Amino acid sequence: MSTGASYPNQRSQGGPLWRISEGIADFGAVVIRMIEGLGDITLFAWSAILWMFSRLPRRDTLINSMYAIGVQSLPVVAIIGAFTGMVLAVQSYTQFRNFGLETQLGGVINKSMFRELGPVLAATMLAGRVGSAMAAELGTMRVTEQIDALSAMGANPIHYLVVPRFLSCLLLIPSLTIMAIFMGVIGGAFYCVQFLGIDYHHYSTNSQRFVENWDLFYGVAKSVVFGAVIGIISCYRGFNCLPGAEGVGRAATTAFVYSFVSIIILDLLLSIVLDHIYLAIWPVAPSLFGG
Amino acid sequence: MVSASPLIDLQNLSVRFGRQTVLRNVSISVPAGQTLAVIGESGCGKTVLLKTIIGLVQPTAGVVEFDGRQFVNLSERDVSAQRTRFGFVFQNAALFDSMTVAENILFPLKQHRSSNDADQERAMHSLLTEVGLPNTVLKKYPAELSGGMRKRVGLARALIMRPEAVLYDEPTTGLDPIMSDVINELMMRTRDKFEVTSVIVTHDMNTARKVADRVVMLYPLNRLQPDESQILFDGPPSALDASTDRRVTQFIRGEAGDRMMELSEQAGG
Repeated sequence: MSTGASYPNQRSQGGPLWRISEGIADFGAVVIRMIEGLGDITLFAWSAILWMFSRLPRRDTLINSMYAIGVQSLPVVAIIGAFTGMVLAVQSYTQFRNFGLETQLGGVINKSMFRELGPVLAATMLAGRVGSAMAAELGTMRVTEQIDALSAMGANPIHYLVVPRFLSCLLLIPSLTIMAIFMGVIGGAFYCVQFLGIDYHHYSTNSQRFVENWDLFYGVAKSVVFGAVIGIISCYRGFNCLPGAEGVGRAATTAFVYSFVSIIILDLLLSIVLDHIYLAIWPVAPSLFGG
Repeated sequence: MVSASPLIDLQNLSVRFGRQTVLRNVSISVPAGQTLAVIGESGCGKTVLLKTIIGLVQPTAGVVEFDGRQFVNLSERDVSAQRTRFGFVFQNAALFDSMTVAENILFPLKQHRSSNDADQERAMHSLLTEVGLPNTVLKKYPAELSGGMRKRVGLARALIMRPEAVLYDEPTTGLDPIMSDVINELMMRTRDKFEVTSVIVTHDMNTARKVADRVVMLYPLNRLQPDESQILFDGPPSALDASTDRRVTQFIRGEAGDRMMELSEQAGG
């Protein structure tokens, strides 16, 4: 990347045309690096997938990984889910009451939890709690030559370190998502009935009316993609960690940032795709307010 | 006993990372049973050379053979099998933080061999005695060990597969003189008892003189002319003092010479 414009002895070259060409060159360098990075992470993911199908990781390694990634994430996901359901109730209540639709709150809370907030919150928690920890752990292993030591002993680091983490993210994120949804539904119902005085019978009836099996599939399908992306990005950032404490810190931070941005972008794309699939199967979709 | 045929053979080896060339046309043959010390300043490519031998770093040019086979031509499975013929002692031991000492030592066996647990335990205890560590360390984690203990656990882990060659990366760096000598003695005992070929990358002239049959000195490429060989010295340790190359004598005596002036010029200029 050129930084020539900042040096006094190169100012003679600093005409407008030269600056534009330098800018284009810098932009090109950034694009090339991005494409290289994308290619590199794709090969990394492909290698992990090949290893996953050619030889499963050792049972104890997989169980340890699943415990750390799945079981230990459950409490925090449950708390976040419950409070998100309650916050949704608080935020939506005034608007719905103005139209006399407060008994419909269950429909909007549950639909939001099943389709959007459940999978996105579970994935965000996984990226923040587990993804950055995985990147930092693998980054430390890279910096302290533990990954080289694995290779030197004839073990494949992708098989030994990445596959269990990737599989754990992939297999356990649906459970975390279901937990987030469940707690969100409970939290929303609790707040509406206990604090907002909405009749439980009406709340419950409307909740059931608007939520279908498809909504559960919708959320879980999204979560599987999010889990795979978090697993790969976090392991990749750890494997490609720069030297030193700063490198490990940067690996952990970038793992979360890249995972989160990917989750948000994929959420939009998956929502569009899944809605199209739904409309293709059931052309007349029920509306929240129209039955 | 040193054999005539090379077990490790590097021919015209070059390694480049991006725009930086670290090794250029380096040729070294190590016969089976020999103990080779590779010395040289920091940044001259010693560790890269060691990692190239075991295939952790891919050469940009040249040939690296172990027992007549090149890593680049092997399948994933064969690379894995070939690597079990090496033991690698890393600079800071590179023990797995999340495993106990026992799990660290047994790791290669668990990965590659299906021998029963009792045999594996026996092999581990025997090696632990060999490197002078008590059984009480087995349940400890690497973070609970001193630097010298970590290096000895690293050596035990490197030897558990009964390798044909052991590669040591700065085995005495960061240790006190007595523990350094303990490691030197262990390397000699390992060579004699297990009849391994050894390549030792070191700055420590005591190690090079005491343990090695042969010393190779590498020099950083950025301080060499384009047509100069990167190997400044190749011979027995006893011949080091007779070298007429000022760069070799400066290094073995640990003299800064004109280096301070060069560094000041670099910093100022």
